[in-house]
Amino acid sequence: MGETRAIAVEKMLPYPPERIWRTLTTSAEIAKWLMPNDFAAEVGRRFTFRTTPMGDWDGVVHCEVLDCDPPRLLRYSWIGGSDSNPAYGAKLNSVVTWTLTPVEGGTQLRFVHDGFVFPGNRFAFDAMGPGWGRAFDSIGRITGEV
Amino acid sequence: MPAAVQLTSVLKTLADPTRRAVFERIAREGEVAATGLVQGSKVSQPAVSQHLRALRDAGLVVERREGRHIHYRVAPKGLGPLVDWLGHYQTFWAERFANLERLLKESE
Repeated sequence: MGETRAIAVEKMLPYPPERIWRTLTTSAEIAKWLMPNDFAAEVGRRFTFRTTPMGDWDGVVHCEVLDCDPPRLLRYSWIGGSDSNPAYGAKLNSVVTWTLTPVEGGTQLRFVHDGFVFPGNRFAFDAMGPGWGRAFDSIGRITGEV
Repeated sequence: MPAAVQLTSVLKTLADPTRRAVFERIAREGEVAATGLVQGSKVSQPAVSQHLRALRDAGLVVERREGRHIHYRVAPKGLGPLVDWLGHYQTFWAERFANLERLLKESE
C-alpha cells in the first residue's frame, strides 16, 4: 500500500572518506555513535542493532549488508518494530544507505533511510526527500490549523 | 485512541486511493459539502458517504452540519500520528549524526 518515503541527511565533514568509513563500519565505533551491534563490513553479513524494547517489539533491528564498497558506499537493510507500536517502535522494513564523496577539504556524507510506507498522499508528502522541511511545513500547516 | 492504533488507522484509511482523493480534495478546498464532493467526481453518492465516514472515524476530517447539508474539512491534528512517526525517526537520526560528528572530532 502507498509509497515509501525517505529521511535524508547530507553534510560536509572535514575528514577524509577513509576516516569516516572506519567510523561507519567498525563495530566498536558504530556502538559509540549509533547502537550496540555485531556489524561486519561484508556483503551478505547479517547483523543486529539492539536498543530499548518497546511494546511487543524486542528492540532488535535486523539488518543485512547489501552493498559495501569502501570507502564510498555502504547499504544495509533495517527491519524491526511492531505493528502495535506508534512512532519510533513502529513496524519498519527499510534500507539505510551511506554515500561518501571526497570533496575539497573533506567528505560529503549523504545518509538516506528509505522505506517509510506512506499512503500516497501527494498533497502532504510530495515535497519530501531533499525538501523534507517543506513537506513538514505543509503537514504542519494542516495539523497546526485551529 | 492509543497512538499506535491511531497510526495504523490513519495509514489504513488513506491506503484506499479513492478515499485518499476525497481527503486531498477536502484539504485543497478547505471546506466542502458532501453534495459538492459527489458532483465533482465519478464516485457514487453512497460510496462518497462511506469514504467520508471512514475519514471521520479515523479522525482525518471533521463535519459541520448546516441545515440539510454536511460540510467537511480536514481535522486539525488528523495527520499527527504520521508526523509523529517520521518525526521520531528524524530526531533519532539527527542525534546519531551529531554523535558521529562528535566521535570523529574526538578521535582527531
